Amino acid sequence: MNAHGGFPRGQTAIAGAATFGIGESPGFEAIDLAAQASLAALRDAGLAVGDVDALFVGLPQDYLSGLTLAEYLGVRPKLTDNNRTGGSSFLTHTVWAALALSAGMCDVALIAYGSNQRTGAGRLVSSWRGSPFEEAYQPAMPLAGYALAAARHMHEYGTMREQLAEVAVAARRWAQLNPEAFKRDPLTVGECLDARMVAEPLTVRDCCLVTDGAAAIVMTRADRARDLERPPVFLLGAGSAVTHKEIAQMPDLTVTGAVKSGRQAYKAAGVTPSEIDIVQLYDAFTINTILFLEDLGFCSKGEGGRFVGESRIAPGGPLPVNTNGGGLSCVHPGMYGLFTLVEAVVQLRGSAGARQVEGAKLALCHGNGGVLSSQATNILGTEETL
Amino acid sequence: MDESATLTPGPQFMRFLDDGRILLQRSRATGRIFHYPRVAEPGTGSTDLDWVEVSGRGRVYSTTVIRRRPPEPDRNIALIDLDEGPRLLSRVEDPAPDQVHIGMRVQARIVEEEAAPLIVFVRANGEDAQA
Repeated sequence: MNAHGGFPRGQTAIAGAATFGIGESPGFEAIDLAAQASLAALRDAGLAVGDVDALFVGLPQDYLSGLTLAEYLGVRPKLTDNNRTGGSSFLTHTVWAALALSAGMCDVALIAYGSNQRTGAGRLVSSWRGSPFEEAYQPAMPLAGYALAAARHMHEYGTMREQLAEVAVAARRWAQLNPEAFKRDPLTVGECLDARMVAEPLTVRDCCLVTDGAAAIVMTRADRARDLERPPVFLLGAGSAVTHKEIAQMPDLTVTGAVKSGRQAYKAAGVTPSEIDIVQLYDAFTINTILFLEDLGFCSKGEGGRFVGESRIAPGGPLPVNTNGGGLSCVHPGMYGLFTLVEAVVQLRGSAGARQVEGAKLALCHGNGGVLSSQATNILGTEETL
Repeated sequence: MDESATLTPGPQFMRFLDDGRILLQRSRATGRIFHYPRVAEPGTGSTDLDWVEVSGRGRVYSTTVIRRRPPEPDRNIALIDLDEGPRLLSRVEDPAPDQVHIGMRVQARIVEEEAAPLIVFVRANGEDAQA
């Protein structure tokens, strides 16, 4: 094992990244959207469909989507992975891609996702199947799982609904700087508190959007990435952890597997939380942001509610979090994970326009799957962080 | 301990419920009682298991109210820590959904729902509504 916990630090990079169809894309199927994002990411990298020899994909309702996208795009991958750990899947795909690339098993890895849940179904489309021992209670998962976690965090640490609302407001303020974001109208803490309650203590404003959308990234070895169109964004470290599937099996609802995934990622990257310039967290619900800021070491356990106050994570604040507007205000097609990586790439290239965080060099991206069940952390950096 | 177990874990659990009893699996090696039913103890893989009747007494670990559009009634969903150790997802039927609170002592009941037995909970005797 090397000094980075076995991880090939900086040996691979994201050479292309794109989103497609954020918001509403009537008429498109999920596979169409994933293909559009894939083509855009390849164009961004200056690569062609024929260059792809490894494919990582997860579509909402297609268990064989690795095969479907290969056929649709007309690629013949040597490696095809359809790993499903929920919305965190894509931040595990990067790990396998990095290992395979650095080992020389493939040369160009495409990681893609797309969903038309908003215009297709009008609600969350998920591959989640609940426990047969819990179905009869109609537990409204995943929503209820996050509500139970929020309730417990409030009970143990005195976290307040106003602090959950601060997360939603910060996300909206970032979205207002992002022309691609789906929800850009002003939002106040008071409006969040007065919004329709869906599962105590969460209102509809504590919940992520239901949108269409697709994302894709292209990874190559670092040397090749340097010869391509755009400045490479290097994968410095990664970690993942699964703690349970059902919320009743989660050991402690206030501590997620992000503690472990984060520790692995920081070790691999050789950085500490205080060095991170921008943070992209899977904010399926406002409590997620608070839990992950704690578990990833940006504040201590129980302090997350207070930490997000005073606009600390909003535009202009000391810790920019979810700079695209996140799943709460930018895009949430069912599995948000890959969008964290695309936004980090845009920021680290310095091409984020009005929402650009000046001088951003190190980004932490964090994916979540199930009901806080699966956690995956990736740390990305510019050339000078190598 | 119950020697009458003859079915695979899931159906056996339901058969006991049908008989009006809550039995959960216990690992003979570690003494740990766990839920949901499965072929081996999680974490150790031990298949040396038996079934033990539990008290049905427990404490609310967390609780939420699923708000629905009228006329659909609001619904409680709670995680209950049984005194014997396991945590299970269920609902508390008394008091009203928004009166259920973390730490409340509760007692299991077996009710019939959709032609199947189901474990639900009510506030335990002596527990204050606003404790």
